[in-house]
Amino acid sequence: MELLLHLLHTGLSTVLDVLPIVTIILGFQVLVLRQQIPNLKRVLIGFVYVLVGLTLFLVGLEEALFPVGKLMAQQLTDPAFISAAAHIPGQPLHWNNYTWVYLFAAAIGFSTTIAEPALIAVAIKANQVSAGAISVWGLRVAVALGVTTGIVLGTFRIITGTPLHYYIITGYVIVLIQTMFAPRMIIALAYDSGGVTTSTVTVPLVAALGLGLASTIPGRSALLDGFGLIAFASLFPIMSVIGYAQLSAWWIKRQQRLQLRDSNDNDR
Amino acid sequence: MEQLRQFIDSLLCSVRDLLPIVLVVAFFQLVVIQQPFPDLVNVITGCLLVVLGLALFIRGLEQCLFPIGESIAFSFARKANLFWLLLFSFALGFGTTIAEPALTAVADEAARIAASGGVIADHKEALDSYALGLRITVALSVGFAILTGVFRIIKGWPIQYLIVGGYLGVVIMTAFAPPEIIGIAYDSGGVTTSTVTVPLVTALGVGLAESIKGRNPMVDGFGLIAFASLTPMIFVMAYGMIL
Repeated sequence: MELLLHLLHTGLSTVLDVLPIVTIILGFQVLVLRQQIPNLKRVLIGFVYVLVGLTLFLVGLEEALFPVGKLMAQQLTDPAFISAAAHIPGQPLHWNNYTWVYLFAAAIGFSTTIAEPALIAVAIKANQVSAGAISVWGLRVAVALGVTTGIVLGTFRIITGTPLHYYIITGYVIVLIQTMFAPRMIIALAYDSGGVTTSTVTVPLVAALGLGLASTIPGRSALLDGFGLIAFASLFPIMSVIGYAQLSAWWIKRQQRLQLRDSNDNDR
Repeated sequence: MEQLRQFIDSLLCSVRDLLPIVLVVAFFQLVVIQQPFPDLVNVITGCLLVVLGLALFIRGLEQCLFPIGESIAFSFARKANLFWLLLFSFALGFGTTIAEPALTAVADEAARIAASGGVIADHKEALDSYALGLRITVALSVGFAILTGVFRIIKGWPIQYLIVGGYLGVVIMTAFAPPEIIGIAYDSGGVTTSTVTVPLVTALGVGLAESIKGRNPMVDGFGLIAFASLTPMIFVMAYGMIL
């Protein structure tokens, strides 16, 4: 019964969320474009799928994973737990006493990114547009590895209390250097993948981790240090996606070279 | 029959997508924290809902969101009316962001933080107006971002120059913005793009690049989301400086 209420409530707020988009599209469709959308019935059924799907997805996450995940983030960042795991009661904690926190940050960053629907959408589109050159899974794993790195580094930053902008600006410089050498077709997609990674699934869990850490570590304020994990999670996928493209370009070249050598050997 | 098989296939895909999170949460709960799941029935029901929801969403993506984005892009390209296209882009960016629940949550949080830091008065009215101002700022910045991004696709400018310009903007603003706003500003770039907006906007960009002569959908079609996550950082820091 409670679940049903939750479903209804979330369903209603999903409808309210997409209402502005629907209004804008309908308005332009009717007033400006004055053109029939092809396969209107199919599109409308698809729209119902989107609404129902998103509702079930959100309710499921809120029922099952978010409560456990958030509680977990709090428990893992609890000083009592960290001291117990590090076996040095009474000693002040160092940044390397937080092994489980780092592991949790890495694991949760990777796994939530794999489940992120917006990223799946972009990966499907990139696969279509590139005529299969970019694989859906390759892109998703590349982005997820970027998020993992980003969140671990972001956790390290909160624990050590170093200023956020040093990291981000260094990250920008690395992205700029990579951009100069990257294959041209990947650049826009790589920049995009930074923005899509942090959405429905990732943000609540990662934000809970950041705020949990900032509020339990002495000397950190939630205000100055609790934010910023999302920023890391949207910067590092840019690097990993460009890296993925560079690696796969290198791999293809290598394969071609090997093949060429093989066929030369056979000719001899 | 064929449809049923397709649906079972997409359910299996969703299971695969969700499996990593379930494994991670279960491992940390059982092995590291060493506690049983608080309410196992709820957790399992929830996971089933997530799997079903994801499968339906992916279905709707290919059947509704992608086709709509493309069809709009093609219609605008045929009409060749730049003004309406840019107005549409701005409206889409603004409209989808202003109602975004993740943004609302961040804005409320930011208002509380600003109040505890003494930047604004600590009563409900001041908090609400600060949060609303922040939301409008971010929505304006996303509208501006989609507009710029669409204009770039039409002109065929290389994306890196604009992004580098944006990064410089962020770096310069960081030097002048009050420290409390920096973390929120950097994060607001990430939360603006919702699950419904991303496929629509991506399909719009790719559709435009496909229908304009001389544009390559791979090189020129992507990048709209990138702008939408960059401009909020600059705008939010500006908001923090003005207030």
